[in-house]
Amino acid sequence: MKKILLATAALSLMAGAVLAQDKTKACFVYVGPIGDGGWTYQHHQGLMAVEAEFGDKVETAYQENVPEGADAERVLTQMALSGCDIIFTTSFGYMDATNAVAAKFPDVKFEHATGFKRDTPNVSTYNARFYEGRAVMGTIAGRMTKSNKIGYIGSFPIPEVIQGINASFIHAKKVNSDVTISVVWAYTWFDPAKEADAAKALIEQGVDVILAHTDSTAPLAEAAKTPGVIGFGQASDMEAYKPSPRVSSIIDNWAPYYIERVGAVIDGTWAQKDTWAGISGGEVLIGEITEAVPAEVKAEAEALAASIADGSYHPFTGPLNKQDGTPWLAEGVVANDGELAGLNFYVEGITGDIPK
Amino acid sequence: MMEFCGINPAVLVASLMVASVPILLAAIGELVVEKSGVLNLGVEGMMIMGAICGFITAVSTGSPLLGFLGGAAGGAVLSLMFAFLTQVLLANQVATGLALTLFGLGLSSLMGQGYNGIKPPLTEALNFGPLSDIPVLGRILFSHDWVVYASVAIIAAVWAVLKYTRTGLILRAVGENHDAAHALGYKVGLVRLLAILFGGALAGMGGAYLSLVRVPQWTDGITAGAGWIALAIVVFASWKPWRVLIGGYLFGGISVLQLNLQACGSRIPVEYLSMSPYLITILVLVIMSSGRGRAALNAPASLGQSFHASR
Repeated sequence: MKKILLATAALSLMAGAVLAQDKTKACFVYVGPIGDGGWTYQHHQGLMAVEAEFGDKVETAYQENVPEGADAERVLTQMALSGCDIIFTTSFGYMDATNAVAAKFPDVKFEHATGFKRDTPNVSTYNARFYEGRAVMGTIAGRMTKSNKIGYIGSFPIPEVIQGINASFIHAKKVNSDVTISVVWAYTWFDPAKEADAAKALIEQGVDVILAHTDSTAPLAEAAKTPGVIGFGQASDMEAYKPSPRVSSIIDNWAPYYIERVGAVIDGTWAQKDTWAGISGGEVLIGEITEAVPAEVKAEAEALAASIADGSYHPFTGPLNKQDGTPWLAEGVVANDGELAGLNFYVEGITGDIPK
Repeated sequence: MMEFCGINPAVLVASLMVASVPILLAAIGELVVEKSGVLNLGVEGMMIMGAICGFITAVSTGSPLLGFLGGAAGGAVLSLMFAFLTQVLLANQVATGLALTLFGLGLSSLMGQGYNGIKPPLTEALNFGPLSDIPVLGRILFSHDWVVYASVAIIAAVWAVLKYTRTGLILRAVGENHDAAHALGYKVGLVRLLAILFGGALAGMGGAYLSLVRVPQWTDGITAGAGWIALAIVVFASWKPWRVLIGGYLFGGISVLQLNLQACGSRIPVEYLSMSPYLITILVLVIMSSGRGRAALNAPASLGQSFHASR
């Protein structure tokens, strides 16, 4: 009797495996809720694009609000065990968990967003050149500020955020030599109460343009309370705050990448790679610049975005000095990707220290 | 006006008053509960239920005022569960309170599905006309929404009721010695039930202030420990209403100041600034309780004890 039971169990398991092979299962781990209206929302748009593209050929699964840390490893293991063929881990803090779990499941493909560790051949990393969008926002910020103070809400002091602060400041300064930037570190990706408080503190300091590098719409909601203060959509278009305070936005467009990678798993052509696309690849989109911005500023920002897209301009082009005044990039020299991926200093003109 | 590092004291005071509202409301509610001899550790759970119920009500009716009422109702309903367990079934108050917090966090997250990223109707600042143009004082006193004033008014009312009215006397009697109060013919269970409901309603209103005004948005875990701070403030205040105001403003003030210091590029490391409000809360609690049990002496004598008439 026992044997029959076991045999039946084995048969049904095999049947399950055969069924699972029919469909490719793509799984997603989110750091916040889909309803954050920003970062996670955009990744979920990517998931839906994958479903729309492949229809019956794929099955998807996702989990929201997964903390970065030990919990992430548990969730990833669970997903790998449940038959996911490819798992997208959509936050920087999942880096170690992704690599640890990937080492245990060599047949499952892992795609880690914004990271740089690829310990085993089944881990790829992908990122977007958000700093290109920041350069455009910085230009608008420099032109629009009346107090000459712009504020930046940082999440964690990691290279991606420091690129954003530097790119915003360099381009604001280019069009407005009096501009200064205040940085507040929230030490969270998603905590609307904290993000709102940070925005409020910046506004009280006289800041009238707020750039946020956190995931929710709370900084815009806070900016909306004070007339004359503007901000930008971050990660998602955040069109609910148009035409002001949201005067433009940086949109993360993950859909093409997700379709490409899930497609590669279906075709059996998936191979490890490191992707870092920007405005030109369509991964970073600039959201509509609203009528709250004067036409000539809008044209200037759009021209900058176009020059970045066609490759004629790089946001980190010398001459640029480091914060302490030592030279970084000589006249006409462009920062290389390795340097940017490990960026850990401010450029000249930004005050304050980066927390260690 | 003297300015330090670009921080305008009037603006700072004005924003600390706003930042303190949720913990003030929750703390003054809990003070009444504890004065009646009940220790409800579920403040965090009741606050977050208030936050989501208030948010849902405000979004669906379009009225922030109804939102606050909805928030108060949400907190009160959850506290009713606590009252049933502790007053009727005589469950342990500490364990029940902790369970209430966990339950509230989970239930609010469930109810909040689909409410992420929605804008609630705006709660406008009251219009004081020319009064708000008075330098310094105008910004501090006449630039807020109604809830800020209500929070101070409620503290004043609780103080007056506890000190000057028969109701306050009965409440305190029940909290100090429930056997004696029972012997005098007061309904201990009923008095405590009403106190618990009052505490739940105020905690809910404080939560609603977070989701409707402070943030204003719904997100899981929006209270982020505010309920625990409120509990600490009740002890900090040694169960005296006006000291709740001081404690709340002190905590709110440090929270606001640390962000302002960061924004103005202070050289103090961010990590120290972020922990400072909590550090100071701990420090004050230690100092308060080290004074040879003075704070402890002021605690209601029957605090945390179940009452059954047959005993």
